[in-house]
Amino acid sequence: MKGFIIKEFLQIFRDYRSMAILFGIPIAQIMLFGFALNMDLNNAHIAILDRAKDAYSIEFSNKIASSKYFILDQNIQSEKGIEASFRKGKIKEVIIIPKDFTKKLMNGEGADIQVIADASDPNTASILVNYTRAIATDFQQSMQQNLKEIPIIIPQIRYRYNESLKSVYMFVPGIFTIILMLVSAMMTSISIAREKELGTMEILLVSPIKPVQIIMGKVLPYVMLSFINATVILVLSYFVFGMPFNGSITLLLTEGLLFIVMSLALGIFISTVSNSQQTAMLLSMFALLLPTILLSGFIFPIENMPVILQWISNIMPSKWFIIIVKDIMLKGANFMDVWKETLIIISMTLFFIVLSIKKFNIRLSEN
Amino acid sequence: METAVRVVNLVKKFGNFVANDNLNFEVSKGEVFGFLGANGAGKTTAIKILCGLSKPTSGTVQVAGFDAYHQSEKIKQNIGYMSQKFSLYDDLTIKENIRFYGGIYGLSSKFIKQKTDEYITQLQLEQYQKRFVKDLPLGIKQKLAFSVANIHNPSIIFLDEPTSGVDPITRRQFWDLIYAEAHKGKTIFVSTHYMDEAEYCDRITIMVDGKIAALGTPNNLKRDYKANNISEIFLLLARGIKSENH
Repeated sequence: MKGFIIKEFLQIFRDYRSMAILFGIPIAQIMLFGFALNMDLNNAHIAILDRAKDAYSIEFSNKIASSKYFILDQNIQSEKGIEASFRKGKIKEVIIIPKDFTKKLMNGEGADIQVIADASDPNTASILVNYTRAIATDFQQSMQQNLKEIPIIIPQIRYRYNESLKSVYMFVPGIFTIILMLVSAMMTSISIAREKELGTMEILLVSPIKPVQIIMGKVLPYVMLSFINATVILVLSYFVFGMPFNGSITLLLTEGLLFIVMSLALGIFISTVSNSQQTAMLLSMFALLLPTILLSGFIFPIENMPVILQWISNIMPSKWFIIIVKDIMLKGANFMDVWKETLIIISMTLFFIVLSIKKFNIRLSEN
Repeated sequence: METAVRVVNLVKKFGNFVANDNLNFEVSKGEVFGFLGANGAGKTTAIKILCGLSKPTSGTVQVAGFDAYHQSEKIKQNIGYMSQKFSLYDDLTIKENIRFYGGIYGLSSKFIKQKTDEYITQLQLEQYQKRFVKDLPLGIKQKLAFSVANIHNPSIIFLDEPTSGVDPITRRQFWDLIYAEAHKGKTIFVSTHYMDEAEYCDRITIMVDGKIAALGTPNNLKRDYKANNISEIFLLLARGIKSENH
């Protein structure tokens, strides 16, 4: 067993490809997702066509321009300028303030502003429009306080657990899950498939060492490395992205370890059905990566999916783990809050182990 | 004489395909037993069953006095196995490979060290010591694989086409190694599709289409079939079965 683990470590450290998958990809991914794939929009370039040009309209323009979401790129003078500025591509939104803006505002009639957004990217457009609306509401409220008291309901919204709506809070648990899953499952399945390909697996099976020992010897090094990986990701997410750690770190790491074991069991299962490294690699990529990204609620909310996909998402181990990570990190959940999800992952682990053993025995009698 | 391997009515089927059709043979202790046949004749299947890598469909199989169905753990302690793929780890050095395989047979590290030195001198590997196995010449890899399969001092060694793809001189040297072990009283069970190697064996069987077509010492077989060499017998048998089928 000890010799087995030493040998496995030697092989991992000597194989640059393994090392890259193990440590390069996780760090690159967390950085990529954290920085580049930031869904928060900052500094969108906009233009304003101010027809009123009085004190209030200028105040409104300034309020827009001073928010961190927008950069006022140009003041357009006429209707014609709108099309031209969109064409150039830099301007994502144009705000038109009508002539009677101040008058209507003073009369309490409700002033209109026109917002034209570049919807060639619909998501960006709708986010920008929402930002604009929020600023307009804010402006209106400050006006009304100055003027007269019209009783209106103003919702005071608080976004709990992520007050500033940072998308990084959503990405980190997702990335954490994907990396643990991919690295653990892919690395074990590839390394077991490699033994089969080289023919060394036969030698191991002919020796008195038990299959369980072979599997443990293969898996233990990856448990350790994946665990180090998990820690690195968490440290990065804390120091670089300011992820909060509201719950117990011990609980988070324990759940992480459980998820790693689950992924390894899945990896062993994949390797029992694939005979070459390539098959193992492809299987783990397509069978794991895509469903994990698409169906775990990491990027697309599960509630928005067709019912049948919602059912399928239930068999994604990653879905449950993402819930656990989010609950612990953001909401400070304790074990009693996540025991159900934990139980689901434990049963999935057992399921894959039993399945692999079955598969293994069948292979012996059919070979 | 003591029996090392005893096979009675061994049948192995994959679905409808019969890979081993009613095999019967015995191998005595200390014998070099050759297992001949074309690719797909069922040699590897039979060897896998003897080594416990595969379960027979029916029949009796005894290896080193133990039953293949119920005492496969005992068998594993007493056999060595080398496949046509050499089965050393390419990305480990010679010493690391020896240490690893010694380790899985539960040998003490002191003993493994001693064996390592012994192999390195015996196979003249001094200049290769620090190299990865993938950088070794094929012939040396093969000799090393044989020594490694022998590290736990098994009483029977199974060699599945150990010389495929190796040049004639290296093959000759490899057979010297086999003889050296046989002289120590070990049983060697070797499969090959090189007919000239059959002459080196004490006794041979020729397998054709899953059946044993001939069994005996090379000289007796040559006399019985009135042939000059084993190759002729083999062709005769292979063609005979083919024409029966058509």
